[in-house]
Amino acid sequence: MSERKSWPLYEVFVRGKRGLNHVHVGSLHAADDEMALHNARDLYTRRNEGVSIWVVKAEAITASSPSEKDPFFAPSGDKVYRHPTFYAIPEEVPHL
Amino acid sequence: MTATHHDVREPDLEAVFQATIDADQRIEPRDWMPDDYRRTLIRQIAQHAHSEIIGMQPEGNWITRAPSLRRKAILLAKVQDEAGHGMYLYAAAETLGVDREELTEKLISATQKYSSIFNYPTPSYADVGVIGWLVDGAAICNQVPLCRCSYGPYARAMVRICKEESFHQRQGYELLLAMVNGTPEQQAMVQESVDRWWWPSLMMFGPADGDSPNTQQSMAWNIKRHTNDELRQRFVDMSVPQAEALGVTLPDPDLRWNPERQAHDFGEPDWSEFTAVIAGSGPANTQRLAHRRRAHENGAWVREAAQAYAEKHS
Ligand SMILES: [Fe+2]
Ligand SMILES: [Fe+2]
Repeated sequence: MSERKSWPLYEVFVRGKRGLNHVHVGSLHAADDEMALHNARDLYTRRNEGVSIWVVKAEAITASSPSEKDPFFAPSGDKVYRHPTFYAIPEEVPHL
Repeated sequence: MTATHHDVREPDLEAVFQATIDADQRIEPRDWMPDDYRRTLIRQIAQHAHSEIIGMQPEGNWITRAPSLRRKAILLAKVQDEAGHGMYLYAAAETLGVDREELTEKLISATQKYSSIFNYPTPSYADVGVIGWLVDGAAICNQVPLCRCSYGPYARAMVRICKEESFHQRQGYELLLAMVNGTPEQQAMVQESVDRWWWPSLMMFGPADGDSPNTQQSMAWNIKRHTNDELRQRFVDMSVPQAEALGVTLPDPDLRWNPERQAHDFGEPDWSEFTAVIAGSGPANTQRLAHRRRAHENGAWVREAAQAYAEKHS
């Protein structure tokens, strides 16, 4: 085998149809961004699964720590007043 | 990916992992997991990926000789799907920290295995139909429960794959329907093919439960949801009425409905054949690996050229 570095890993995101967010569908290897897009089309949208594709080198993604118990998410854990159900409103008040 | 935070203390990790499994939730790539869980998944997903890739060959054999443009287009799409399945699965394996290059090397050096079924030859066009019906059918039985596998990326890959497999099975069955409604020669081709593929298809579920030492641990981890024998039984029960509708005979003198069990009794596959094929002496093992190795080596200049082009333009 040659000493060639392997092609970088790309993560692939597909917008299923207009009005939806792009969703992560998987990953692939490609030599460059353009090839990654073409490979993503061939691999993840063989049956009209998408109207738009994003590819990004996996190494460019910064991720939070995996555990959902992680203190990283703690700041939102005790702020129940951010949810509409926190507020008691009399039932007879309409449209609220 | 790079992590910004670091994790909980070691002793808690095992408990968190087990609680996640016990709650029937999914383990995700950067979660802590026991080394054995990781190793088991890498082996299983890699083997599964290799099977999809090698699985292109038996049918790919017929693409240039398909009997009509319609059949050729269908077969091309089917074989292309199998390549896609291999790619989804290699991608899932990579989330466990292995490298795709390394997996390819392990396949072509025969240090990792693939499904025994793809080491049988395809001498007749009826084999394209029977593979779709029985081989993809057995694969579906195996794969549907894997959509609920505890490892998230594997489960998600299986969801995609299962959606596509149903086209595979139906195109195969439709092809066979056309043949059994054709000439006596065509009908005989179908029966001859079924005679060759029935037992190897039953072997796709792996050894009998008593001889499958890893099953218990895999089930405890929610990787596997059913034993080999349970899935084999399900496959037999599904196949019998399908065979009747085609008017073909499944080549097992012990196959009959058992009203007490509400299931079919059936004969024992020849496990010595299974062991031999797994060990490398099936009818087409050498050919399959040689073909895969040749394709990989012949593609080297393309990979290098694309890399050089990318470096020049970055
Ligand atoms: Fe497949
Ligand atoms: Fe398939």
